[in-house]
Amino acid sequence: MLGLGLLSGLLILPLVGAAFILTLGEETEGVRRNARWAALITTVATFLLSLVAWSRYDLASSSFQLVETHGWLAETIRFKLGVDGFSMPLILLTTFLMPFCIGASWLSVGTRVKEYFVAFLVLETTMIGVFEALDLVLFYLFFEAGLIPMFLIIGIWGGKRRIYASFKFFLYTLLGSVLMLLAIMAMYWEAGTTDIPTLLAHRFPVSMQWWLWLAFFASFAVKMPMWPVHTWLPDAHVEAPTAGSVILAGILLKMGGYGFIRISLPMLPDASASFAPLVFALSVIAIIFTSLTAMMQTDIKKLIAYSSVAHMGFVTLGLFTLNEQGIQGALFLMISHGIVSGALFLCVGVVYDRMHTREIAAYGGLVKRMPLYAAAMMVFTMANVGLPGTSGFVGEFLAMMGAFKANPTVAFFSVFGIILSAGYALWLYARVIYGKLEKPNLQGILDLDLREKLIIAPLVALTIWYGVHPAPILDTFAPSTEALMQTIRTALSNTRTAQAQVAAKAEVKGSGPSAHGAEVAAR
Amino acid sequence: MNAVQTVMPAIGPVLPEIVLSVGALVLLLYGAFRGERSVEGVNVGTLLVLILALFLVVSGHGTITTLSGAFISDNFSRVMKTLILLGSAATILLSRDYFQRERIDRFEYPILILLCTIGMMVMASANDLIALYLGLELQSLAAYVIAAFHRDNLKSTEAGLKYFVLGALSSGMLLYGASLVYGFTGTVSFPGIVTALAEEPAGFGIVLGIVFVAAGVAFKLAAVPFHMWTPDVYEGSPTPVTAFFASAPKMAAMAMTVRVFIGAFPDVTAIWQQIIVFVSIASMALGSFAAIGQRNIKRLMAYSSIGNVGYALIGLAAGTEEGIRGVVIYMIIYLAMTLGAFAVLLSLRRRNEMFETIDDLSGLSRTHPWLAFCLAAMMFSLAGIPPLAGFFAKFYVFAAAIKAGLVALAVIGVVVSVVGAFYYLRLVKVMYFDEPKAAYEPMAPGLRIVLGLSSVVVVLFFVAPAPLVGVAGAAARSLFH
Repeated sequence: MLGLGLLSGLLILPLVGAAFILTLGEETEGVRRNARWAALITTVATFLLSLVAWSRYDLASSSFQLVETHGWLAETIRFKLGVDGFSMPLILLTTFLMPFCIGASWLSVGTRVKEYFVAFLVLETTMIGVFEALDLVLFYLFFEAGLIPMFLIIGIWGGKRRIYASFKFFLYTLLGSVLMLLAIMAMYWEAGTTDIPTLLAHRFPVSMQWWLWLAFFASFAVKMPMWPVHTWLPDAHVEAPTAGSVILAGILLKMGGYGFIRISLPMLPDASASFAPLVFALSVIAIIFTSLTAMMQTDIKKLIAYSSVAHMGFVTLGLFTLNEQGIQGALFLMISHGIVSGALFLCVGVVYDRMHTREIAAYGGLVKRMPLYAAAMMVFTMANVGLPGTSGFVGEFLAMMGAFKANPTVAFFSVFGIILSAGYALWLYARVIYGKLEKPNLQGILDLDLREKLIIAPLVALTIWYGVHPAPILDTFAPSTEALMQTIRTALSNTRTAQAQVAAKAEVKGSGPSAHGAEVAAR
Repeated sequence: MNAVQTVMPAIGPVLPEIVLSVGALVLLLYGAFRGERSVEGVNVGTLLVLILALFLVVSGHGTITTLSGAFISDNFSRVMKTLILLGSAATILLSRDYFQRERIDRFEYPILILLCTIGMMVMASANDLIALYLGLELQSLAAYVIAAFHRDNLKSTEAGLKYFVLGALSSGMLLYGASLVYGFTGTVSFPGIVTALAEEPAGFGIVLGIVFVAAGVAFKLAAVPFHMWTPDVYEGSPTPVTAFFASAPKMAAMAMTVRVFIGAFPDVTAIWQQIIVFVSIASMALGSFAAIGQRNIKRLMAYSSIGNVGYALIGLAAGTEEGIRGVVIYMIIYLAMTLGAFAVLLSLRRRNEMFETIDDLSGLSRTHPWLAFCLAAMMFSLAGIPPLAGFFAKFYVFAAAIKAGLVALAVIGVVVSVVGAFYYLRLVKVMYFDEPKAAYEPMAPGLRIVLGLSSVVVVLFFVAPAPLVGVAGAAARSLFH
């Protein structure tokens, strides 16, 4: 089958846009304008195409849909794409956020504009590819390929310590991922294929699962990022340009969670159950420790970066509760955090473009000059705290409910995260927005212009809409979650039966002679 | 008539080598008669001869032995010979402009490359120890001369001398090992050795012989601990010659290594596997760590080549068909990456001055965007980042290692590759993040061709990897039938 389907269209479209921008000649003002518009049109078209895919997606089914297969490395390693309830919302999130990133970079990126948009469009392809891939090698390919454009985005258009941050980002994530590659190879030789649907049905021996799980964990934990391997994230966030931060927080961090739900949980259920306490411990530490760290930050972006780590702690916590509420909550939180943290970084970008500083101390009393901005920021701050009525609440509540079911102690400690998040988020809001407008250079600051309003308004609407009406997202997750739960339950009960049989056999052997002796005695 | 046929061996499989030899002699005569005016003609002639030989190699099929079993033509030898010929042809293209500007463009140079190529082809096809040694010496002698080709340059003559002295030592070790193997098995032919070793268990003499042979081939591969000559020779030689050393002779050395271990000692893996594992780990580690401190790109590429040999050897250490397939894929992709990187290096020229330190790449993305893009692709590929070709090269050798149960080797390999990624990334950083310097002169046409082709292979390999993987698979199968 040579015909390309919708999903490969989603991969190719951004690349076509990138190729077009590359053909524009020497960088003049006209070329820059054309590059911006070309990038915007490409990302909007990609979003529309993903909506077409969404319209053809059957919500009730838990199987992979829109599947297409092309020959690739070998008969057993193919170029296979498809979506299910876990990946479809993340693809939509990706294509949805991209036009905002282009819009946010409209004026703030003034040098090497062509290359900037080319890097972003290539990055979009790799991100969509991660969520679409139905072959582990293909998944790895996209997972890693995204490092190249992100490395360039941070390194070329970043802040003062951009080089340090870009190297740290690249090498950290690479080190985590190479072990995953070895695990993929081991799975290939064990199961004879890297086809994800086939592997989902394959039962790996329990002893092998442990090693595989740890190798995948090394990669996903860094990407997520989980405490204590989160230190690349604040650096990368602070130095990246605004749109780079939005993509990092909005999409790249979700790849780790997606990896857990796509590979670790369903393919390695026994190991996931065994290692759940480890993940709980790391998550709780992440939630409390990074929330406290966030409180002490003087840089707005760094504060939001640490709060992202804390929120990702809720995601890992929810995923490894291995019950429906926990997993649904974690998934919802991923989507909600994608929108909210992306929006927060966009808001930081708005004032950074005006003042060129991210120091909290440099601001104060913005509400007097920027009422609209203050209102928008309020919504996102509340969503970040997890206030009921915003999308942040639904995910955190469900994740916590799942955690309570799985382990009340863990739930008890993780609740502190919510209190602390209220602390740092509201304190940040108070210091930046409220107070007296004392700084002389803030006197002439302007409120949102039309471009910024267009960027921020839809995000405000979505944050509230999904807060009061989370059903559309949850319904999409539901069939796949149910299928996942089914897989895990069957696998765990099978293992338990097998263990019980082994134990029973041992008992029969051990008790054999004595039973015989009793019989003799009875005679 | 019948008697003549039994005496006369089949020359079909050797035809490419014969064409090259005759071509070299004819061109030598032409050069001797025309003098220095013949340089252009000899260069074109050399390219034509190489292309003719390439055509003959590609058109061969099946597994045929000839010359009393000393020479074998199979899929493996043909793939490796194709790579060798491509490497040599690319070298001719890369050299032309450089030699003219340095005023050392003599007609002997392309002829020496041709002679070296014949030696390499024999190495790839050798089916006994004598043929192997003959090919190796022909290749080495020509290589010593071209290393010192810039004869008025102190560094170049030093490189040639160093290469010669250490090369002679390693040839001696190889020969000593070969004589031990002959002494304890009574034969020099690879199939004969296999039979002899199957009849009686390998004794201490064989072990010693294999160790010495391994030392000899490790030298030719520039694998640790016999790598010391590499950085100096790479730095001292004229840059196109360095490009040559990093490409075609590496193919030949790897072909020879695989032939010896898989052709002659396939059933005594236990003896040599640990040697290869050690050499592989040491090469990967040294290649990655020692390269970090380098400022000169030629030295950097020397350490990079040491590291890459280490990765390729992972496939050999596995000792399986998948492993050899991985080695062949690795060499194909390595050839493209190396030639591409050197094509960029050779174009860093301003007013007859060559630049070869990392700092000279500053801001290359501003002054020469395409050049920088191609070199960045080579570097990401060398670091093994998908979707570039270098990822697939590593993928296949590591996959073979995992299947063969060499998990520790694979884990060390991937972790060390992250260290290696650091210095490849640094080149990208210098080109993309740093402030630009003055622009360089436009590229020579020969460089454009080589860079264009190698970039296409490196960047677009992932689109259709199946054909090359299939070719490599067929090559590996021919060794294990």
